[in-house]
Amino acid sequence: MSKSVVIVGASMGGLRAAEALRNNGFEGQVTVIGAEVHAPYNRPPLSKEVLAKEVTHDAVAFKLRTQVEDVIWHLGDPATSVDLETQVVTTNSGKAFDYDGLVIASGLRPRTLELPNGKLSGRHTVRTLDDAIRLRTDLVPGARVIVAGAGFIGCEVAATARGLGCEVTNVAIDSFPMIRPLGEKLAAELQRRHESHGVSFRLGHGIKDLIGKDSLSGLILDDGESLEATVLVEAISSHCNVEWLANTNLDISNGVLTDSALRAVTTEGQSVEGVYVVGDLARFANPLFDDDARRIEHWNIPTETGKRVGAVLSAYLEQADNFAELAALPFAPLPSFWSDQYDMKIQGFGMPGLADRYELADGELSGELVMAYFRNDVLIGVVGIGMTSEVMKYRKQLLGT
Amino acid sequence: MITIDVDMDKCQHYGQCVFEAPDIFALNDNDKLEFVATANDSRRSDVESAVDVCPMQAISIVE
Ligand SMILES: Cc1cc2nc3c(=O)[nH]c(=O)nc-3n(C[C@H](O)[C@H](O)[C@H](O)COP(=O)(O)OP(=O)(O)OC[C@H]3O[C@@H](n4cnc5c(N)ncnc54)[C@H](O)[C@@H]3O)c2cc1C
Ligand code: SF4
Repeated sequence: MSKSVVIVGASMGGLRAAEALRNNGFEGQVTVIGAEVHAPYNRPPLSKEVLAKEVTHDAVAFKLRTQVEDVIWHLGDPATSVDLETQVVTTNSGKAFDYDGLVIASGLRPRTLELPNGKLSGRHTVRTLDDAIRLRTDLVPGARVIVAGAGFIGCEVAATARGLGCEVTNVAIDSFPMIRPLGEKLAAELQRRHESHGVSFRLGHGIKDLIGKDSLSGLILDDGESLEATVLVEAISSHCNVEWLANTNLDISNGVLTDSALRAVTTEGQSVEGVYVVGDLARFANPLFDDDARRIEHWNIPTETGKRVGAVLSAYLEQADNFAELAALPFAPLPSFWSDQYDMKIQGFGMPGLADRYELADGELSGELVMAYFRNDVLIGVVGIGMTSEVMKYRKQLLGT
Repeated sequence: MITIDVDMDKCQHYGQCVFEAPDIFALNDNDKLEFVATANDSRRSDVESAVDVCPMQAISIVE
């Protein structure tokens, strides 16, 4: 009988894994189980250009290639459990899917604030298409919008909402926006640029409670200050969608721990044959940096991990002679990220967040620039605003080429 | 032959495509994307990789 693969999570990571299985010659059945009703779509535009215009599935959908024409999409019905012994995934509706190969691609969902007066309309998160459609209708000119969280997504939403004519305040416990990946110098400069576009900041503060009866009318900060608002966007951090793995012995303490072949690893440190992880959930050690296993929530990772899993898993299922050799190859994808805020094109490579030192390598702090990040005097990341060609030189250096 | 299309309204000149298929995509002196619109069938897999890595999902292969 021919082998079958079940992929849990119908987003970018799941799609790329399905494509890569086919590209590597796997001909058995591939079923993708998705919690959302939508076919895979691209998330980054949901806080940027698509949120600024009109949010539709068409505007963000990934094109489905002919390779994945015969993939079965089981959408709108999340996986609720898996039995790794009998190799069966069960979904919310009670359907059971047998597999020979399993790909874990269920990603993240936003964490929301737990507040005494929390049950009010006007609260938003931005992870899914449906989230963005709901948010878009509330971002009307003049609306008072509070963005909680000053990471990339929070800052992008703040910039987009300003562009739509909203009054925007950003509240975050961090000391500067995007400080963790970028360091204080660049983060302070980006705060200045946001302020010059009219965003106010309340940094170093948390939200204590909301004001309003059924719908939001404001909120109270931990220092007692109250702010008016009809829209609250929570972009504070994420939860891993691993509840459906709770009855397994996999290490799901933070995402899903994997070995360098992206096979899931148990709490005892054993790799599980036939079970793989892709995308935001995969926690793996990257030899470009060190031996610490980390999750990387950047857009290039679903593609890199999907391709890797497609190659290794198809070799495993077909009992190819080169399976062991393929699985033992090092996996060292260079993290890459970008962010559009106002007219700024921010682009980064590597892990600048791990740096112990950084320096302005090119350009000017107040204009286009390249910032280089070092750990123990070794280049570990680069971030540019504009200056693409210069940024690319450092990218090459990071790859050691 | 394959035909390559880049939606220049979407393209933000990030240059990710350049790494995947430098013979087809390039950034000019002003950091703007330039590309050749047709390529040999043998280049399909690299062009598909370029499609995959484009943050704006601006590249398509016209079938
Ligand atoms: C608004 C926004 C903007 C972003 N912008 C950028 C950017 O500019 N640059 C950048 O580098 N990265 C950006 N990212 C990050 C990037 O989009 C993610 O890294 C990427 O989406 C991860 O893909 P994934 O397939 O691993 O997970 P996800 O995209 O999270 O997909 C997981 C899927 O699995 C589904 N699922 C969950 N549980 C189950 C279950 N039990 N059964 C079945 N299905 C399940 C979910 O519904 C979801 O559809 C952004 C993300 C967001 C949300
Ligand atoms: S990767 Fe996409 S956005 Fe970047 S230059 Fe190429 S086509 Fe344009």
